Amino acid sequence: MGDPILSVQGVSKSFGALAANRDISLDLRAGEIHALIGPNGAGKSTLIQQIAGGLRPDSGRIRFLGQDVTHLGPARRAKLGLARSFQVSALAMEDTVLQNALLGALGARGGAYRFFGAALKDAGLRQAAEEALSRVGLLDKAALQTATLSHGERRQLEVAIALTLRPKAFVMDEPMAGLGTAGSQQLTAFLDGLRAEAPILLVEHDMDAVFALADRISVLVYGQIIATGPCDDIRANPDVRRAYLGEEA
Amino acid sequence: MTRETVVNAALTLGLLIVPMWALMADEPFIITLATRVAILALAGVGLNIALGLGGLVSLGHAAFFGLGGYAMGILASHAQSYTPLITWPVGIEGTTSMPLIWLVAVLAAGLGALVIGALSLRTSGVYFIMITLAFGQMLYYFAISWPAYGGEDGLSIYLRNGFPGLNTLVPIQFLALCYGLLAIALILSARLAASPFGLALNAARQSAARVQAVGLSPYRLRLVAFVISGMITGLAGALFADLNRFVSPTMFSWQTSGEIMVFVILGGVGRLFGPVAGAAVFIILEHVLGGISDYWHIYLGALLLLIVLFARGGLIGLLAGKAAHHG
Amino acid sequence: MSPILLIEQVLNGLQFGMMLFLMSAGLTLVFGVMGLINLAHGSLFMIGAFAAAAVAAATGSFLLALVASLAAAAAAGALVEVLVIRRLYARDHLDQVLATFALILIFSEGTRWVFGSFPLFLNIPPYLSGPVTLPGGIEYPLYRLTLIAVGGLVALGLYLLITRTRLGIRIRAGESDREMIAALGVDIQRLYTLVFALGAALAGLAGALVGAIQSVQVGMGEPVLILAFVVIVIGGIGSVKGALVGALLVGVTDTLGRALLPGFFGLFMEPSAAMSMGSSLASMLIYILMAVVLIAKPSGLYGATV
Repeated sequence: MGDPILSVQGVSKSFGALAANRDISLDLRAGEIHALIGPNGAGKSTLIQQIAGGLRPDSGRIRFLGQDVTHLGPARRAKLGLARSFQVSALAMEDTVLQNALLGALGARGGAYRFFGAALKDAGLRQAAEEALSRVGLLDKAALQTATLSHGERRQLEVAIALTLRPKAFVMDEPMAGLGTAGSQQLTAFLDGLRAEAPILLVEHDMDAVFALADRISVLVYGQIIATGPCDDIRANPDVRRAYLGEEA
Repeated sequence: MTRETVVNAALTLGLLIVPMWALMADEPFIITLATRVAILALAGVGLNIALGLGGLVSLGHAAFFGLGGYAMGILASHAQSYTPLITWPVGIEGTTSMPLIWLVAVLAAGLGALVIGALSLRTSGVYFIMITLAFGQMLYYFAISWPAYGGEDGLSIYLRNGFPGLNTLVPIQFLALCYGLLAIALILSARLAASPFGLALNAARQSAARVQAVGLSPYRLRLVAFVISGMITGLAGALFADLNRFVSPTMFSWQTSGEIMVFVILGGVGRLFGPVAGAAVFIILEHVLGGISDYWHIYLGALLLLIVLFARGGLIGLLAGKAAHHG
Repeated sequence: MSPILLIEQVLNGLQFGMMLFLMSAGLTLVFGVMGLINLAHGSLFMIGAFAAAAVAAATGSFLLALVASLAAAAAAGALVEVLVIRRLYARDHLDQVLATFALILIFSEGTRWVFGSFPLFLNIPPYLSGPVTLPGGIEYPLYRLTLIAVGGLVALGLYLLITRTRLGIRIRAGESDREMIAALGVDIQRLYTLVFALGAALAGLAGALVGAIQSVQVGMGEPVLILAFVVIVIGGIGSVKGALVGALLVGVTDTLGRALLPGFFGLFMEPSAAMSMGSSLASMLIYILMAVVLIAKPSGLYGATV
């Protein structure tokens, strides 16, 4: 197996006296879905923020495609090919669904500083945007204002924008949240096929989805990773059972 | 055709009919008023790019209005007194040619916006408002304390600057020039809003995190918008100075910033024709209310308050309904 | 410049800074607690000055004039809060800017309507006029010294109010979590009105105190308001301590810049050029200071990180 696409090496982050992440190491390899699970408040969001570039670690390094990106901002990391979807949808709510997807295509292709020519009439952008929307099943809603989408559809749009970036890795923060059973199953099937394009670091509470998708799982509890391994190992791991189920070992 | 398009067309028509009527009725004063409307609307079109599209509440656009005005004043005063602007390292003379003056005004305002924007955009929200206001005030005090160009008293230019092929002293010809520039600015700003840049800027206003996540820098998008915005307002400043044949530190004052913002808001933020409607209403109010009472600002204040509290889409919002859609 | 003159200028700077502090404290509290940017704070400064001038003219008492300035500004502040400002807390900053800009227009023109366009004068009372001799033989106007003392007392009073009283606890709670203190049953509307009136009263007091060394006229508030913004940007929004440090920094920098820069340029330039260069640069000095702080610490010296 070659070098990991993304690797987190000994990352720690504290907010005042609260240690949100302590000496965390994990990696994401080509072709895999690596799920990050853990109870609420375990520090998953803090870790994702540091991976995406919104927060700087107090110590440790983050490498992406062999490059040290610890000190790069979120825009630079996205440019390198790290696509993320947000836990709380971050979309241009007044714009149409298509415009949101166009934005992703624009970020990927470049040319955001073109002042003439309508973005909507740019064939290249439009094709990339519509293709991504059709892959997540949102093409028929392309003309709607984003604010009118249901919660689940917004998650789909988040994924579609990530797709337009043609990324080298995905970081997805609870993409299943609020989707309902049918929606979850649909997205699970979709992500299953997506891993061949680029590996996915998946933060998720939906355990059915996690165990159906993950090649490996890391468990984050109280800011520390207590176990990493294939699904079966994690299921059987006594520390994980204790942390999750409160079982006595 | 949407209702907003109808309102815009009506405004355009009104702007054309009023001066034609004034020309036939021999009312040069009305033509001057229409010229004021066009110039102030142009300043508002500039601010609207930062404010409406970029969501940047700049209370310092008087800085660019003033820079444009002083660019005109300085160039024309040197030409008028036949003294060179600088002699070292190269000799530069003043000029009374409008196109040249506009170019300098736009560049000066753009440079000012680049510096002020680069600093102010490091912050956001209330800080940004306070800082832009403060930088505007800085230029105001600078203009007052710099004696070379009139200091507190300002600078008078005796002859309106020239434009090839026109007699700019004829009110209707100068008006046509101002209308032309306003029309160009409106077309440019409509195209800008629909362009890839407009898409990205508009998204940055709504969700900076989203824009970053697709690999774009909200700071850079906003800075570019701020510079374009400042340039257009600077051009308006140069025209305003030419209309009055006078520049003074008042062009830099916080009231000027506030008024430019009022044009945009009266008309409707983010609406293409918002500043045009706003400036027209402002000038009409100034003359109707100003005729009734010396204290017409009280009524203006009350009206503005009512609009902010109860009619948030501005006038075009009232007439054309909700949903200002860019793009 | 002799050391004595320098000390005098530093004292002038402190006095100016203390008056800026009175303005900034209210602004920063109102922003910290209610999240509101209030451009009409300068109008409250003006109202304080006019009330003081009118009462002093009618009664001849400076103390009564000061009481009037506090009362008038607080009353105007409370009235405006109840009628207008209250509707703006949930609005975005743009609406707040416009509505309070509209208030400036109404207050300024209203004052001009009532008092006319000519400046009023407020005299320093005899018991505060004349110079005092400071240690080291420095003669300094007693009134200006009193202003420094008043500013210091207000700073101390605010410190005690915020750290030691129940009102202060609520103010601090309101800064960190609005919903929470409402949930705890604190009458948040009354708290807001109170904080706003308090800020207004301080601005009014500043207006009256400054009115006695300058003239009292329409439009006197806004230049001070903008300086107070500079103070807040430097000190950090919401921090009273930041307002004090920022105000003194701005006051001293501005005063010393005006006193020293022309002379400084005179060392290597001809006098008239040095004068214009010095005074122009001096007029920009505090804004340059603000820019430097922005580059180093975008959220101000004592502000929470943005």
